[in-house]
Amino acid sequence: MSTNLRNILLFTIMGALLVAVGVIQSANVALAILNLCLISAIMTLGVNIQWGYAGLFNAGVMGFAALGGLAAVLVSFPPVPEAWAVGGSRAMLGAVTGALSIVLAILAFKMIPGGRRLRGWAAAAVALSGVVLMRFILDPAVEAIEAVEPARTGFLGGLGLPIVFSWIAGGAFAALAAWGIGKIALGLRSDYLAIATLGISEIIVYFLKNEDWLARGVKNVNGLPRPVPYEIELQKTLWVQELAAKLDFNVIELSSIIVKLSYAGLFIVVLAIVFWLSERALKSPWGRMMRAIRDNEIAASAMGKDVTWRHLQVFVLGSAVIGLAGAMLTTLDGIFTPASYQPLRFTFLIWVMVIVGGSGNNLGSILGGFAIWFFWIEAEPIGLAVIELLTSGMGEDHALRLHLIENAAHTRLATMGVVLLMVLRFSPRGLIPERGK
Amino acid sequence: MTDILNALVLLANFVLVPGLTYGSQLALGALGVTMIYAVLRFSNFGHGETMSFGAMITILTTWWLQEKGITFGVLPTALLALPVGIIATVVMCLLFDRVVYRYYRREKANPVTYLIVSVGILFILSGLVRFIIGPQDRVFADGERFIMKARAFKQMTGLDQGLAIKTTQGVTVVTAIVIVALIFWFLNRTRTGKSMRAYSDNEDLALLSGINPAKVVAITWVITGALAAIAGTLYGLDKGYKPFTYLGLVLPIFASAIVGGVGNPLGAIAGGFVVAFSELLLTFAYKRVIAYLTPGDWIPEGLVQLLSTDYKLAVSFVILVIVLLVKPTGIFSGKTL
Amino acid sequence: MSFLQGGGLYGGYGGADILHGCSIGVDKGEVAVVVGPNGAGKSTAMRALFGLLDLREGSVVLDEKDISRLPPQERVTLGMSFVPQNANVFTSMTVEENLEMGAFVRQDDFRPTMDQVFSLFPVLGQKRSQPAGELSGGQRQQVAVGRALMTQPSVLMLDEPTAGVSPIVMDELFDRVIEIAKTGIAILMVEQNARQALEIADRGFVLVQGQNRYTDTGQALLADPEVRRSFLGG
Ligand SMILES: Nc1ncnc2c1ncn2[C@@H]1O[C@H](COP(=O)(O)OP(=O)(O)O)[C@@H](O)[C@H]1O
Ligand SMILES: [Mg+2]
Repeated sequence: MSTNLRNILLFTIMGALLVAVGVIQSANVALAILNLCLISAIMTLGVNIQWGYAGLFNAGVMGFAALGGLAAVLVSFPPVPEAWAVGGSRAMLGAVTGALSIVLAILAFKMIPGGRRLRGWAAAAVALSGVVLMRFILDPAVEAIEAVEPARTGFLGGLGLPIVFSWIAGGAFAALAAWGIGKIALGLRSDYLAIATLGISEIIVYFLKNEDWLARGVKNVNGLPRPVPYEIELQKTLWVQELAAKLDFNVIELSSIIVKLSYAGLFIVVLAIVFWLSERALKSPWGRMMRAIRDNEIAASAMGKDVTWRHLQVFVLGSAVIGLAGAMLTTLDGIFTPASYQPLRFTFLIWVMVIVGGSGNNLGSILGGFAIWFFWIEAEPIGLAVIELLTSGMGEDHALRLHLIENAAHTRLATMGVVLLMVLRFSPRGLIPERGK
Repeated sequence: MTDILNALVLLANFVLVPGLTYGSQLALGALGVTMIYAVLRFSNFGHGETMSFGAMITILTTWWLQEKGITFGVLPTALLALPVGIIATVVMCLLFDRVVYRYYRREKANPVTYLIVSVGILFILSGLVRFIIGPQDRVFADGERFIMKARAFKQMTGLDQGLAIKTTQGVTVVTAIVIVALIFWFLNRTRTGKSMRAYSDNEDLALLSGINPAKVVAITWVITGALAAIAGTLYGLDKGYKPFTYLGLVLPIFASAIVGGVGNPLGAIAGGFVVAFSELLLTFAYKRVIAYLTPGDWIPEGLVQLLSTDYKLAVSFVILVIVLLVKPTGIFSGKTL
Repeated sequence: MSFLQGGGLYGGYGGADILHGCSIGVDKGEVAVVVGPNGAGKSTAMRALFGLLDLREGSVVLDEKDISRLPPQERVTLGMSFVPQNANVFTSMTVEENLEMGAFVRQDDFRPTMDQVFSLFPVLGQKRSQPAGELSGGQRQQVAVGRALMTQPSVLMLDEPTAGVSPIVMDELFDRVIEIAKTGIAILMVEQNARQALEIADRGFVLVQGQNRYTDTGQALLADPEVRRSFLGG
């Protein structure tokens, strides 16, 4: 009961903080923060499934989030017929060749008789010749595709479906990648797993940044269709104008609030579903076994549990949730920017959320996602206010004062570090600790 | 004959010289990571930011020196400022050890906890650095720009291809050689160095031999801090200082340390050069080299490049992943200094 | 009261106690041997004497001084030396470096001591620049003992020094142990090869479940039919 009260209190404080921003800054700012809080919470739930349930350190969050973003582009952007005409089939053939050569390389490794070393070299040879063949097929197609109106498209485009479908596709993309990564990397020691997943996700992001034919690379894909109405449209409707008049509100601002609220509604539904499923999984025999494995891997495998297989399951599930959140993020932004998937923002910050919230506790993850995102954004105005207060004794254009004010935004990085270290030291189980431990 | 020479000079100019420079920078960085791993037994994600911090202090000192009208002749003034950067970084490392890491040592925390703690320090340092010097690019190399200019080389040798060596490249390689020699002398010839190796080899037995763990840990941070400041400064001198690039350096540095066998200093150095040369050799366009080496006027049609230069950094990630998957102990397998 | 005496020791590794009041002691120039079944707490008792374990109760006295609260490094400076059961050499370091590390706490010239070790174990002199990890099991044990001797200790504690070596090497090692004891050093040794060890023991302790079951001279224990039946295999 008292823990319940405590949790309610914590979430109430969080809500009050958001409301305070709504009052002090503006409702628009508060809602913008809320929407990203919701997405962060989902991403955090995904990492929590891996780390909290199973103790797997996945430092590749950014890669899975980027795959989710890619899904948003490939599902929702209308196809570019000219690009398909000049190189579509050839590009597909190239992609199939690439996939086939990987499959063949794996088969070679598994089937060819002989020692590990020999099979390794054989697989490498197969893979390498496959890559050469793929480049031979793909390169001309890529050149042709990228030449199609490079300022606007220069890529194949997507399927032109409603963008909400991409949320599922994003989960599927990430799950598929996680399956492959998990297959090869999950046997590694915990810190090596972290380094390997970070490395692989960097490769994924590099790929997305450079393969322009796929999603325009660093030229970004913008103008993705929305699952909610546009502000301009809303402003023209009668009910919005009437509502604005009744509330004595600016129409433009009101329309933007309505858009953000619609997003928030969608995101809350997804968060609720993911949370419910995560809780079900955690409390099921499967979840109990996961935690048993986490707490004592040796004992669990001695009892005949297939630890590797369980780890693969949990890794795939958690990554799927991250991919889902990644697709939602790109949907909200309306733009896919591969260069934005930086480890600091997309891997380490999410980790801070999980740990501050409470590893192993889903409610904690949600709270962590909210609280950390909130302070990630609000640390800037708060830091600025603090610095202005501290330097108010100095002259208006004192060089030090100006310098500090100019760089105030960076205090948020340091703040995150301090928060993380404080929680690890003084409350290592987080704001809402794991139950039954 | 001149064709062969031209081809060699071409390779030297675009692969050998940059490879030696970048390799030296990576080797120094990897040496720091490996030291921490061998003695404190965790992967320090904060090492890149530690390098950045050292470079920043050096830059601030360089500016101060330049303001006072003090320069270092043909060499970069930053070399004069480097000791200040080293001392500040060492102090910073010792401070973080005292207030943060020591607690986890006493708790006998597992490596992942340390790793997460080092991420916390990464955040703090990256915030601190940007707060103090700002996020902008800083070029702070002064003095003579080139040891050898491409044009001078052409005139000197009469070849078509030029070989350019920047002062910063020369300084980087020479400094790296001196530092590495010093480190190996320290580890293999001095009592304190040997006690560090002993501690890294077998902590319990070191304790039984009367080796003081607190002292070993402190010396490790001193060396790591110094290495980080030097590596960070050399990298900044050579490529220009941008705070955000140092986080990106962490993975190539890990790759270098792991390729060589993390915990093994010799491996860290070898790994640095393996990574640097792989990046360059895989993304170098061999077109002109082949044109020189084949008889007649034939020139290959494409660039004859294995990978586009866009993927240069990705090469180190691929190496990292392959080594982790195929032979996680690295070339010179070992966990000890 | 012996030169080194642990009395009424209680303690363990954080969980339940492993030691339940055992008492072990040895005098200078003596060989004392601790035997007992696997898991009896012999190694734990040695660690407790050396301060590698937090004692819940009991005391350790060296040369009439209570050292129960001293950290291991300071016990090294007081003249105690310990060869643990496992991982008792620096594998990546050469034989000579191992010995040098043994002498780490010494400020004076340790060369003569190193020469003594080399004359005690001639094979180590031949292999002085080889990494200890490349040596055979018996040679490693010699390095381990040699390292422990480098501080010129007054008490040498050995935990199963003959584990995994051939019977010939074992006899050889026991001879060296007697030789060392004759120089006036107190030797406290845990042994699996109970019969052979008790043969050379001035004192023997039979430890069971962290308690002394029998305590007597080595010869007396060998003669005791109870001890023979239960612990020496008839
Ligand atoms: N590091 C340790 N942590 C926890 N328990 C231990 C540890 N080392 C030994 N034990 C336990 O203490 C008991 C005594 O072990 P030990 O002293 O090694 O026995 P012996 O040396 O007589 O064979 C055993 O039950 C063993 O499982
Ligand atoms: Mg034992």
